[in-house]
Formats: sequence, C-alpha cells, structure tokens
Amino acid sequence: MPYIPNSEEDQKKMLETIGVSNISDLFAPIPANLRVSGDLPLPEALTEPEVTRHLEELAAKNRSTRLSFIGGGIYNHFVPPVVWTLAMRPEFATAYTPYQAEVAQGTLQIIYEFQSHVCRLTGMDVANASMYDGATAMTEAALLAVSHTKRNKILVSETINPHYRDVLKSTIIGLPYEIITIPEKDGLTDFDILTKTIDDSSACVILGQPNFFGYLEDLDVAAKAIHEAGGLFVMVADPISLGILKTPAEYDADIFVGEGQSLGIPQNFGGPLLGLFACKKEFIRKLPGRLAARTTDVDGKPGFVLTLQTREQHIRRDKATSNICTNEALCATAATIYMSLMGKQGIPRVARLSVERSHYLAEKIKTLGDFATWQSHPFFKEFVVDCPVAASDIVAEAAKEDIGAGIDLGRFFPGFEKRLLLAVTEINTIEDCDRLVDFLARRFTGKPSRKAVV
Amino acid sequence: MNIPGDVRYTKEHEWVRVNGDVAEIGITDYAQGELGDVVFVELPESGDAVKQMEAFGTIEAVKAVSELFSPIDGTVEEINGLIEEDAGVVNRDPYGDGWMIKVKMSDASQIDSLLTADQYKELVEE
Repeated sequence: MPYIPNSEEDQKKMLETIGVSNISDLFAPIPANLRVSGDLPLPEALTEPEVTRHLEELAAKNRSTRLSFIGGGIYNHFVPPVVWTLAMRPEFATAYTPYQAEVAQGTLQIIYEFQSHVCRLTGMDVANASMYDGATAMTEAALLAVSHTKRNKILVSETINPHYRDVLKSTIIGLPYEIITIPEKDGLTDFDILTKTIDDSSACVILGQPNFFGYLEDLDVAAKAIHEAGGLFVMVADPISLGILKTPAEYDADIFVGEGQSLGIPQNFGGPLLGLFACKKEFIRKLPGRLAARTTDVDGKPGFVLTLQTREQHIRRDKATSNICTNEALCATAATIYMSLMGKQGIPRVARLSVERSHYLAEKIKTLGDFATWQSHPFFKEFVVDCPVAASDIVAEAAKEDIGAGIDLGRFFPGFEKRLLLAVTEINTIEDCDRLVDFLARRFTGKPSRKAVV
Repeated sequence: MNIPGDVRYTKEHEWVRVNGDVAEIGITDYAQGELGDVVFVELPESGDAVKQMEAFGTIEAVKAVSELFSPIDGTVEEINGLIEEDAGVVNRDPYGDGWMIKVKMSDASQIDSLLTADQYKELVEE
C-alpha cells in the first residue's frame, strides 16, 4: 500500500490546479535524449516465494567470518543477543533525530544514559550524543582545538588509524589549518620529533591508546608537552581497553574520541559505526553535536531536554561549532544497552580476555621460525607480525580457508608489505588461535606447529 | 524601554559610554529584551584588538545567539568578570553592571559616527 495515496483522481486534480494536461509535460524541459524511454531495464517481478528463494541463495554465498583476526579499528567482540533484541524494538529502531526534542522523552533519556556511560568509562566531564564514527569524532576534536586555541596547527601521530587521518585531511581542505604528521618510529610515535615540533602555534596533539598497531604509547609525556605549550591533548582510545587501562581523564586528556563499535555493534563489513566524543567541562560550549540533559519541569518532575543548542547549526547557522547536527542514535542505543549490561565487571573482563588471548597468539606465532612479532612493546588486543612472505598473500590464502587473517599493513604503510596486523578478542578461543597458527605453519613455514598447550 | 542619553548606539544594538580615551561597551535594553534570558556571553581577552563593526564576542540566550559588534576600534583593557558568573546581569542592568568590555580607543572620532539616543529610539521604534 502506498504511504501517500496518489490516485488517478488525485493526479488529475493536481494537474488541473497547476494547469498542465498530463504528467509527461512536466518533464518537457529535460531533453529527450536524457530521458528513459519505455520501461526501466529491470527483470520481471518475482512472487514472494521466489524472492525468498533468491535471497536465500544470495545469503548462502556469504563466507563465515567466525574465525577472524581482522581489526584495524573495527573489532569482532561478542554482542550479547539481548542488545539488539532491545535496540530493535520499534520505539528505538524507528525513532528519528528528535527535532521536537522534548516530546521524545524516551529518546532523550537513552541519549542521556549513553552520555553518562561514556563519561563513566572515560572519566571525562561531558560526552555528546555520539558522532558518525571514530574518524569524524577525531576530526571534530581537531576542529574544537583550533577554534578554542585560535591556533592553526594540528599535530597527529602517524600511528593513528590511517582512515582517521584521511578523514581529517579531507575535512580541513579549504580551511586555514595545517596538519603536521608526527612520524612513527618502531611502532610508536616518535616522541623526539613530537616534542621538538610542539610550539605555540600547536592547537593540539592527537595520539592513540592503543595506537593503530595495537601498541601502548607513553601518553603522559605527550600530554605534558602539549599542555606546557598551551595546546590541547586529544586521545583516541578503544573503549573496551578503558576497562583495564588508564582512562583519558587519568592521562589529563582535554578531549577523548573513539570508535564505539566494540560496544555491542557487529562488524557489518565496516559500518554503521559509532563515534564517541567526550571532553573537559571547560570546552562544553564548543562541543560538537547534540547534548541531552536532565532537568525538572514546572511541576518539579524530572525530564530530559536537548541543551546548549545555541552551539548547533539550526540556531548558529554558519558559526555553529560543528556541521554535524545528528547522531548515531540506534548504534548509541545498542552501545548503551551493552555498557549497562556489561557494567564495571563485564567490560574489564572482556578487556582482560582480549589481552590474554592476543598475547597467547603472539607467543604461539613467535614459535614459528619464519614469523616474528614486529616489536616487543606492550600491546592491548592487536599486534604486528613480521612475515616471511607478503602479508597480502597470507590474507588471500587464509580467506580460502575461511580465516580472516588480519590486515596487510602494506596497504597503509609503504615498506610494511610483509607486516600483518592481527586482532584478538574474547570471541577468539584458544582453539581459534591454534587454527591460525597451524594455518601459518602449514602454508608458510613448511613445518607444522607444536601441539597447542591450553 | 530604557534609552539613556549619556551613551551612543550602534544599529546592531550595542551602546558605548566614553570616559576619556576608554570606551565602555554593552548591549541595549531593547536588545536584552529581544533575546530573552541571557545564559552566556563569550568575551574577548584583555589585550585583544577590536575593530569597528566587527564581532568581538557572542551572546547566548536560551534559544538564540547573536554576535556582539564593537562600535569602535581599539584594544580591550578590561572585561566584566561578573557576567561569567551571572549572565543574567545583562538582562537586569544592561547599561550598568551588565557592561561587557572596556576598550582603549585608537580613534576617538569614530564615536561621532554612532547613533545618538534620539536616532536609536527612532531605529527601534520603526
């Protein structure tokens, strides 16, 4: 049934009103050679059982990603079924951004709870209602920093996710800002160069914890250096890691940004994602995006509102703090459910399991003569392996056995063609790790691995 | 509506009171009434330069925001710290405790180009 009835009679009435005899007259200004004549080149319509069968055949072509070590910013954490059972309730699933905010109390409440959870996880003062993804959140953080400091240089480490750096680069095209990329050295940010580069024109330093390679950086040094120069410290972090690692607040970060996909959202071939953004209270009037707040109504009853909206473009137009005026509401809802479900015990447990399993895999890979871990820095759930052959070959061969064998770093870093980035989460069992090690041993070393020790 | 005669006005609803070479600047009673409850005023810092009819800050009400325009050229000498703690003072006493910045003028003759109380009254009554 059509959503808006458009009967022949309606059409006739409308045509009469505007003084046109038939619909095709409306298209007359478009040259005939640009118009489609006859029917669209589409196959014949199918019956419902035929459509079902067709879709089943397409679905059967999907390859299992159960045995996956692919991370690089989007991780294969376990998503408890209750997360999407609740999130897909129509009240959540069909609600659009609350234009008439105060009538959507439920939507505002879940945004408020989302913000509260993000603040608890990060230790930051205030979090927004979410952004598109980690990359846009990081870019918005850089824009906040240049606006707040009135400085024009954005220092970003080469160890930040290359996709994030691309989004930052394309966003500032045409703006009077300069991105300075601090080079990577042995898997970490080159702090000698970083501290020499920081000066009184540096708006911010952007560093990751863990960084793109999974390694942990010495953020205290960086935070101190940029703060002494009067700039802001922007920390990009994996929210799951915050269950056991130092929080952005503990690092004295001015702004925390991160990818929230790990919090109950499937990998979905790369999206939709969930941008997390939180900062110190002093930047609240420069915060991008929506912000829900709790208040009391005229009768003293608690309620929720969108607050500090004068930052946003529906009021401030071209001077808005950000051009993002919506949020990832459904993904934020799922993340809220995930965070409240996992809580103070669950998230650290997921983090610890990820550490244990990833370190188990790293140790096993070291026993393969032709493979080695690239660096011995502390890492969280992801690490880099030096391979005897091109990493792209390993990835391609593994796919044939339905193994997602990580990411070929040569795609992002010239000279890294033999380096493989592997991510291990709580979802990867010891047996999964052993299967990957067996595969590598069987196909790329010529000698079988030692029997797995559980 | 209060339109005192001892200050000069801009078309953007700022007022300026001259003491020697220092100009005290705020927004008019009419402006605060149109904005409604002022919740935040973003002001420059001491030492910042301001230029005639260029924005020196922003003023935020609950559901509106507008820019603050400097009536004259000069250097900010002092900002009203009271506004940071209590922006509502702009509503209550726009020509007194609700002043925003004091500027050392670089060209005092610019004052002559501003509206008198009578001209401003005419403007807002249009």
